[in-house]
Amino acid sequence: MKTIFKSLFAITVLSVILSSCGNGGTNKKGSQGALSGNAAERVYVAPGEHDEFYAFVSGGFSGQLSVYGLPSGRLFKVIPVFSVDAEKAYGFNEETKAMLMTSHGFIPWDDSHHPDISQTEGVLDGRWIFINANNTPRIAKIDLTTFETTEILEIPNSAGNHSSSFVTENSEYVVAGTRFGIPFPQRDMPIDEYKGNFKGALSFIKLDPEDGTMDLSFQIRMPGFNYDLSHPGRGKSHGWFFFSTYNTEESNSLLEVNASQNDKDYIAAVNWKKAEEYIKAGKYKTMPARYAHNTYDEKTHTASTEWGKEVKVLDPAECPGLVYFLPTPKSPHGCDVDPSGEYIIGNGKLAAELTAHSFTKMLKAIEEKKFDGEAYGIPILKYEDILAGVVKQPGLGPLHTEFDGKGNAYTTFFISSEVVKWKLGTWEVIDRKPTYYSVGHLMIPGGNSRKPFGKYVLAMNKITKDRYLPTGPEVTQSAQLYDITGEKMELLLDFPTIGEPHYAAGIPASIIAENSKKIYKLEENEHKYAVKSEAEAKVERNGNEVHIYMTMIRSHFAPDNIEGVKVGDKVYFHVTNLEQDYDVPHGVSMIGAQTSELLIMPGQTETFIWEPKEVGIWPFYCTDFCSALHQEMQGYVRVSPKGSKVPIKFTLDGDAVDAE
Amino acid sequence: MKKSKILMIVGSLLLLGLFVLPLWNITLEAPQYPDPIGMDIYITKIVDAKPNDIKNINLMNHYVGMKEIPEHMAEFDIFPIVIGFMVGLGLLIGFKANYKWYLFWLILMTVLGIAGMYDFYLWEYDYGHSLSPKAAIKFTNPDGTPMAYQPPLFGTKTILNFVAHSYPRSGAYFLFVGMISTLAAFFVGKKEAKA
Repeated sequence: MKTIFKSLFAITVLSVILSSCGNGGTNKKGSQGALSGNAAERVYVAPGEHDEFYAFVSGGFSGQLSVYGLPSGRLFKVIPVFSVDAEKAYGFNEETKAMLMTSHGFIPWDDSHHPDISQTEGVLDGRWIFINANNTPRIAKIDLTTFETTEILEIPNSAGNHSSSFVTENSEYVVAGTRFGIPFPQRDMPIDEYKGNFKGALSFIKLDPEDGTMDLSFQIRMPGFNYDLSHPGRGKSHGWFFFSTYNTEESNSLLEVNASQNDKDYIAAVNWKKAEEYIKAGKYKTMPARYAHNTYDEKTHTASTEWGKEVKVLDPAECPGLVYFLPTPKSPHGCDVDPSGEYIIGNGKLAAELTAHSFTKMLKAIEEKKFDGEAYGIPILKYEDILAGVVKQPGLGPLHTEFDGKGNAYTTFFISSEVVKWKLGTWEVIDRKPTYYSVGHLMIPGGNSRKPFGKYVLAMNKITKDRYLPTGPEVTQSAQLYDITGEKMELLLDFPTIGEPHYAAGIPASIIAENSKKIYKLEENEHKYAVKSEAEAKVERNGNEVHIYMTMIRSHFAPDNIEGVKVGDKVYFHVTNLEQDYDVPHGVSMIGAQTSELLIMPGQTETFIWEPKEVGIWPFYCTDFCSALHQEMQGYVRVSPKGSKVPIKFTLDGDAVDAE
Repeated sequence: MKKSKILMIVGSLLLLGLFVLPLWNITLEAPQYPDPIGMDIYITKIVDAKPNDIKNINLMNHYVGMKEIPEHMAEFDIFPIVIGFMVGLGLLIGFKANYKWYLFWLILMTVLGIAGMYDFYLWEYDYGHSLSPKAAIKFTNPDGTPMAYQPPLFGTKTILNFVAHSYPRSGAYFLFVGMISTLAAFFVGKKEAKA
């Protein structure tokens, strides 16, 4: 009996020791690796120092793009892209409303997903960053000298613009694919006749090599599968583009079940160089389409919309060699190409394994015409012929893989909530680290290029639950930074994000920081209503429209007393910031104006409209703390009754503004 | 040609540098100006050290009631004539006169230089003291007198939140080397006369 107790005691002690020695990967928080060593030191960027990397993290359902520094995780800016932003007057002022114009009219919101930075020869060049609107399909271009959205192109014949907006290695194209199968062109038909009738558009948008202007070059009319994500070939596979698909079942209802039946879906390999040949040879159909192309002119500080009227469409069944299907288990999400361009990783989100296709084997199989049938005229290659390798038992629910440039790959697993490091070629798992919780995508700066900067991986989580102070039912989402310079990953930092961080693009700060503009040059301002000195400021009446050409400089408006405005007038405040100093924006807002403030950068002109409804003296003021006398930066508009004879009068300090 | 003559002629010609190079520079540093703002003073103009600096200096200064940096001053007309005259006189002396005249030229140039610096001081004094009675911010010294914002004539001085640096620039070095050269011309000339 005694010995039994003794041995029981020994076992208990042993198991306590063992469990406390375990690395606790599956334990609750408190044993997260971050606590080992000097994690805080490694993410600490001292006051006044700069981060090593920019991280552009998508805002998901916020519709915007956020700019963080790494390794600190500090938020610098939220760039308004697809949603109005009252803070910056984006979509509120007269200049930017056109940016949100679509064939459906003005749309104040969207769901932004996958930012990607322009490349030259397969290396990030930091000129522009592109991001897709998922809901009303559009691609936006953000200029990385101003960090402002300067162009938005609507994508016709598409719905759920999800497998977008990825850039080829010389920024020849930014590519967009459709997630929903839809009638192409749109028409009235029964939904349950989806199969065989609905289609999916893959859109190739040509970029101007100088200024990046987007032009919808052509679309490929694919079978009505759901195109989920995509990536360009690079190096040896440059000229190809790879799209993952799900719902190859072509189901139109209860997709969670009906689109999860096939053992294998496809990665569509598109030879876009071949597509260019077919376009050149005239093998396309021109189909009518109506789509908005919105551009913001940095000189006029004003956006305008042009309308696309047609699109060139290639049918893969009629264009041999244009598209091949690579069978890939099972509803693959991410479709990622390694830095050499050889491996195409299918992250089968319902699969037990992670699949790597070989580009070389794919070409060989195509050459030998070893097909396993076809789907809608598109040849299907044999899984075994193109397989490079399989990562066995990697985790549950693989979503997205990026690369460190040292032969390693990093994959997120949504269901098992972890990042897994594995080796290209040997397919062995090297390390796994938990995420908190339910990681979606991850990002290594330059991870989608020939030259990754493999120092950190940023994992973006869908769920945070108890990770931060609670804020009611809605809590933040988050990103987590891991050091990947060693054999094992180390969690360094965990920080909240805006919206839902779907995806991110990172770049060494040194590539873009020095190109960041400090001011807009006043002498280059070509805004229709700009005034470049106080002497030119004026107020003009044109019927019931009153145009105020106003200037702002520390610390006053000119004019700041305006009379002669009447109830029922439509008053345009065209306001120019005369400052030419770094970081001296001024704001302006008018009591009762049914719009946002304006936040005007040095040298810029913006306009808001005020329709006064009541007689009285109504003040306006500067909304951005600009100077020691910011609080004094204010003025009045006198509003007289309709039909009043009060003449237009505008003054500064009692004098006509041009009298100085 | 004699060495002294060459020194005299070259020394005079060095003054021509003043027509293309800045004579003086005033730079202002403050915590909110991590890139300092400043102006380069030529004999013909005052210009931005980097774009928009003068505009931004004026914007800062208007709060305490200082006048704007003038775009034109009488000095911009007079200085080029004086310098031009001295170059001409120096050449004339260099070619035609004996070494004693070299010293005369140098003394004249020194007197004119001092006069120029005095003029600069007077302008700075006026710039720093003659303040608008309607200034938004009126600081006083501990003794109750109104605070002045005169930049230093030469050297570095703290003015409120700014540190002002006032130092010669390349044009002044041309002038200085030119004058040294004429002094050398005098001594070499004297030696040559004895030989």
